[in-house]
Amino acid sequence: MKQHQVYPLFSIIQNLIRTMSETKLYTVSIYTENNIGLLNRISAIFQRRHLNLDSINISVSEIENVSKWTIVLQLSEERMKKVIGQIEKQIEVIKAYYHTEEETIYQESCLFKLRSNLLFDEREIQNIIKESNARIVTVNREFFVIEKSGRKEELELLHRELSVFGIMQFTRSGRIAVTKDEMKISKMLEAFQH
Amino acid sequence: MNTKTLNKEQTKTATTIRISGSEAIIRCLIAEGVDILYGYPGGAIMPVYDELYKFREQIHHVLTRHEQGATHAAQGYARISGKVGVAIATSGPGATNLITGIADAQIDSTPMVCITGQVASHLLGSDAFQETDIIGISTPVTKWNHQVTKASQIPEIIAKAFYIAKSGRPGPVLIDITKDAQFEELDFSYEKCTRVRSYNPVPKTDIDDVKAAALLINSAKKPMIVWGQGVILGKAENELKSIIEKAGIPAAWTILGASAVPTAHPLNIGMVGMHGNYAPNVLTNDCDVLIAIGMRFDDRVTGNLATYAKQAKIIHFDIDPAEIDKNVKTDVSVLGDAKESLSQLLPLLKPNSHTEWHQKFKDLYAIEYEKVIKDDLYPTKEGLTMGEVLKEINIQTKGNAAIVSDVGQHQMIACRYAEFTTTRSNITSGGLGTMGFALPAAIGAKMSAPERDVVAIIGDGGYQMTIQELGTIFQQKVPVKIVVLNNEFLGMVRQWQQLFFDKRYASTEMTNPDFVAIAKGYYIDAQKVTKREDLKNAVAEMMACEGPYFLEVCVEKEGNVFPMIPSGASVSEVRLE
Repeated sequence: MKQHQVYPLFSIIQNLIRTMSETKLYTVSIYTENNIGLLNRISAIFQRRHLNLDSINISVSEIENVSKWTIVLQLSEERMKKVIGQIEKQIEVIKAYYHTEEETIYQESCLFKLRSNLLFDEREIQNIIKESNARIVTVNREFFVIEKSGRKEELELLHRELSVFGIMQFTRSGRIAVTKDEMKISKMLEAFQH
Repeated sequence: MNTKTLNKEQTKTATTIRISGSEAIIRCLIAEGVDILYGYPGGAIMPVYDELYKFREQIHHVLTRHEQGATHAAQGYARISGKVGVAIATSGPGATNLITGIADAQIDSTPMVCITGQVASHLLGSDAFQETDIIGISTPVTKWNHQVTKASQIPEIIAKAFYIAKSGRPGPVLIDITKDAQFEELDFSYEKCTRVRSYNPVPKTDIDDVKAAALLINSAKKPMIVWGQGVILGKAENELKSIIEKAGIPAAWTILGASAVPTAHPLNIGMVGMHGNYAPNVLTNDCDVLIAIGMRFDDRVTGNLATYAKQAKIIHFDIDPAEIDKNVKTDVSVLGDAKESLSQLLPLLKPNSHTEWHQKFKDLYAIEYEKVIKDDLYPTKEGLTMGEVLKEINIQTKGNAAIVSDVGQHQMIACRYAEFTTTRSNITSGGLGTMGFALPAAIGAKMSAPERDVVAIIGDGGYQMTIQELGTIFQQKVPVKIVVLNNEFLGMVRQWQQLFFDKRYASTEMTNPDFVAIAKGYYIDAQKVTKREDLKNAVAEMMACEGPYFLEVCVEKEGNVFPMIPSGASVSEVRLE
């Protein structure tokens, strides 16, 4: 009897080792109808599998009334494929893709709120802003706000450099991405009609 | 326009009439061919019930005794007929009580539309009386759901609901309709939905995939088919039978695939899975080509995936792209409707008989017969077995009854030993394993197919989960035959406790009431059998009874179901004792 109980544990460990060793950062692009409740439906797919998302962004797309979702997460390709299958299965999902870092062109954006006196007291701040190609959005007596768009690493670098001076507020957007390959959504929608 | 004769022609011409949202709901249901619906009234759905009263000549509402019963009845209705089952309930607790049935329909791909009432739209989100976020709650267990807050949306959304529920891989759809939308008036016309632009229910079968599958099958020495419910849902029973016969392929079935090919067919080699037959389980790990048709490689079917059919080339026919490679990696996958893809496959197959290979199944069956089947069906010990009850029902119904089973030991016995002659005869909760399914499901099945004998096989545990539906049976005079196999235990859990928890029978022993008295309390004819010699007459009396009948059979208390694949073990490690 005891012997049989070894099997699940063994296969769980085997699976763990396999999935862990192969995980990668994927960018998921989903084209959907713009409907209430779909966010719940899609997020349930990740939640069921205990998958934590790095970021999620939902916006309009190149097609009228079609939403585009950009989700970033870390997992194995095998699981990624299954998740894509489950997402595409949802009635209001038109198409879902997944891509690796190399296959997409992506950006993130962030805002820093800092004390205005730093601009005068810490000369280095101005250099950091210039070198990082960040943009000053607003300045007033108490604080100033800078905006920076770019790759995750650039944003993280700027955050590290500024954090020594004390950041009043910081926020970063989810990734937005376009793919190097074509996405034939319009054609697909036409095909659904016939 | 006569409000009571809205036929199909009229809906096509799209004549509009000014009616309330609630009347529109009923007219939509009639236009979709709904003749029976199951439900329970309450505050937020009362306008619809008022219309049901007016339309009672055209649409028959069955008052169940609990909303869960309504969903299972709708499931039974759908499973035996292939039509969409409909359940209706009020907001709040009425809606949440539907969830088990909806989850069951989702995992077993049963076409069902549930309509729930909701608080008025201005109260949404305010924690109003009997308000619950049923859209949020039902999202993970529905194929689609939608909340209607305007009467004008009703026709389009209900049309879409029926289309989505029954097309492609079927499933449950929930439509939540606020009370103000039920009262509001609209200009009504109805047009059936035939497409949704983001939804491709039936992927086109690629003939190259079919050819690749045929090539593998034709070169196979030891091919084996495992079919599932997809064959029944796709109405591909004849195509499957032709393939099996032409290519001489031994074919096994999953629990939900049962009855698609008659049990007595010489190439029907029985059930796969945890309590399936010995031969198809063992030989899964011996075949050279495994052809899976309309099944999803559930863990109860495959056992340990790491040792499942590793030697075989895998061909997978399925309508749902998400099932391909989900659990078992395929060598050839064929997407599409089973009827379509199997029709394409048939002419490409070479006739074969695989006599030697088939003999292997016969040899292993002989072992299973000696070690398990003989004692199950022809016991020599004193206690009655579940198997002999099934055997008696087989004999007396000549295999023509639809068997509705609950969940547990009796279910495995029913599926193993019921001799089916007709498709859509095995109605059971497969994926979700919902105890309490059978009694209400039998109501739906019998009402959907009144010409058929419907026998519910239920354990003493599951029976008490939805026992209140005896009230529905009594009120509606549904002539279902109810057989409770009473072992005074939650038998399957007890079996596991015996085998894997050193016989620590934690909370599995049942002190049961007088079931016969309860049935008689509902004016249902009933009797109890405790001795073998009384079984035959009792079954005969039950089958001869014109109305509903309750038969309690006291079976041995600690009987076990074998064969059994212990959880986590390989299919070939199936145990016979």
